[in-house]
Amino acid sequence: MRIGTILRPALIVVLIALVLRPTWFAPVFAPFAPAGGPVIYDRASLLSLSLSHLTLVVLASAAATLVAVTLAILVTRPAGAAFRPLSRTITNMGQTFPPVAVLALAVPMLGFGAGPTLVALFLYGLLPIFENAMTGLSTLPPATIEAARGIGLNRWQRLIRVELPLALPVMLTGIRLSVVISLGTATIGSTVAARTLGEVIIAGLLTNNTAYVLQGGLIVGLFAVLIYDALVQLEARLISRTGG
Amino acid sequence: MIEIDGITKVYDGTAAVDNVSMIVETGTITVIVGTSGSGKTTLLRMINRLVEPTSGEVRINGDATSAEKPHLLRRRIGYAIQGHGLFPHHTVARNIGAVPELLNWSKGDIRARVDELLTLLAMEPAQFRDRYPAELSGGQQQRVGVARALASRPDLLLMDEPFGALDPIIRMRAQEDLRRIQQQLGSTIMLITHDMEEAIRLGDRVAVMDAGRLVQHGTPAEIVARPATEFVANMVGDVERPLRLLSLVPVSEIMEEGPAEGDALPAEASLRDALSACLWTGRDAVPVMRDGSGPGRVTLASIRARAERRA
Repeated sequence: MRIGTILRPALIVVLIALVLRPTWFAPVFAPFAPAGGPVIYDRASLLSLSLSHLTLVVLASAAATLVAVTLAILVTRPAGAAFRPLSRTITNMGQTFPPVAVLALAVPMLGFGAGPTLVALFLYGLLPIFENAMTGLSTLPPATIEAARGIGLNRWQRLIRVELPLALPVMLTGIRLSVVISLGTATIGSTVAARTLGEVIIAGLLTNNTAYVLQGGLIVGLFAVLIYDALVQLEARLISRTGG
Repeated sequence: MIEIDGITKVYDGTAAVDNVSMIVETGTITVIVGTSGSGKTTLLRMINRLVEPTSGEVRINGDATSAEKPHLLRRRIGYAIQGHGLFPHHTVARNIGAVPELLNWSKGDIRARVDELLTLLAMEPAQFRDRYPAELSGGQQQRVGVARALASRPDLLLMDEPFGALDPIIRMRAQEDLRRIQQQLGSTIMLITHDMEEAIRLGDRVAVMDAGRLVQHGTPAEIVARPATEFVANMVGDVERPLRLLSLVPVSEIMEEGPAEGDALPAEASLRDALSACLWTGRDAVPVMRDGSGPGRVTLASIRARAERRA
């Protein structure tokens, strides 16, 4: 029996309890709270913050996946090869630009709230998905692609039936990296009033309350670890099916 | 009937295939043999338009291939390549049924065809249908590749070094299987190889290519006995020539009445087999089994006389 089979359910239980019944953990966090100060964050429901946090991440990652994969498909076609360096530069810039700077620049245009956070997460998530999708689509087994053409699949059928399914495991690795980065980065969104778990951490930092910081950080961390793990499992299943 | 009419492919001013014409009769195997860089693969790929010819035309049963959309044309032409090129994410059944699926056959028809082909290739359908290519041996993968190429009963089957990745023993079996299936189905096959031995064993016709040109096209016996150029002679190999010739003649051709000692050869053995049996066991004659009238024999002297005829 592998360690994951015990550890995984245990972590899930801890996470659910942290989100739904935070008061249970009061004794654990009490030593970190300032004397006489509150131990458990109660200005908003942790469940609704978690859901809002995850929704932001899912929306941003879905948009980033859609755009990055479409871009990767276009630049791996013979007609799009010329745009490969350009699209690389663009996605690299998205990654280089610090999310905080994107937030600051986006606020005047989009106002406070979820909007600027979505933009920042989207831009930040493009690169890993794009790079992996491009690698996946340009390192397919040549004999298989040759055979796909040779038996009479047209371009569209080759893409849908052969290229995308074979590149999927590598693409998923990129999506996984991007999702995990977004989960952490989304906490910064609370500086521009997006509802995320960052709210708990920032409240802790502002009031010098380490208990809040730990509580928020622990929940975000557990989400990241468990979602990462779930995506690894999904990839492993796909790879075993394609016999790779 | 496949007519290749003055086909040429020019890459950067050099002709990879230079004005090649030949006719392939329906129901025969034509083996194109040449060294690497001789243009044989380019020639084959121009037939299903994976490569567009610079000039010239290919006609299948009278219809020019240029008149049809390339991907629709390819669905009528089977294609099997070295290293099989199976889809690793599809089961054996889906791989074999790929072209019938593109042609919108019914599910039942596809299933029946898949089972029929697996049986033909000596792979138990119930055992192999739902496996993935990675779970098969190299020889099995190659057979599935051939089954996929045959699935839609194509007018023509193109094979690009289909046995290149197999070890010698499996390779020999795969060649025998292909011969048997071709005779059973009456398929028209064009096959590429760099191995003259394979060309002589499989081909009804052998086409030898050198530097983009078709240098000789004839029966295996003609190629061996009367090579048109130095290059063909080299491909056949001077030392091997008498033995290659003998391997094309069945023992039944010079079998005579009379007694002989030792183990008998089967009637479909070649004179090369008979010669080998004589030399190895130190006999001057070997018995040959035949139907009805008891065993006949082949003598060393008659093999020698046959070899001296050089045809």
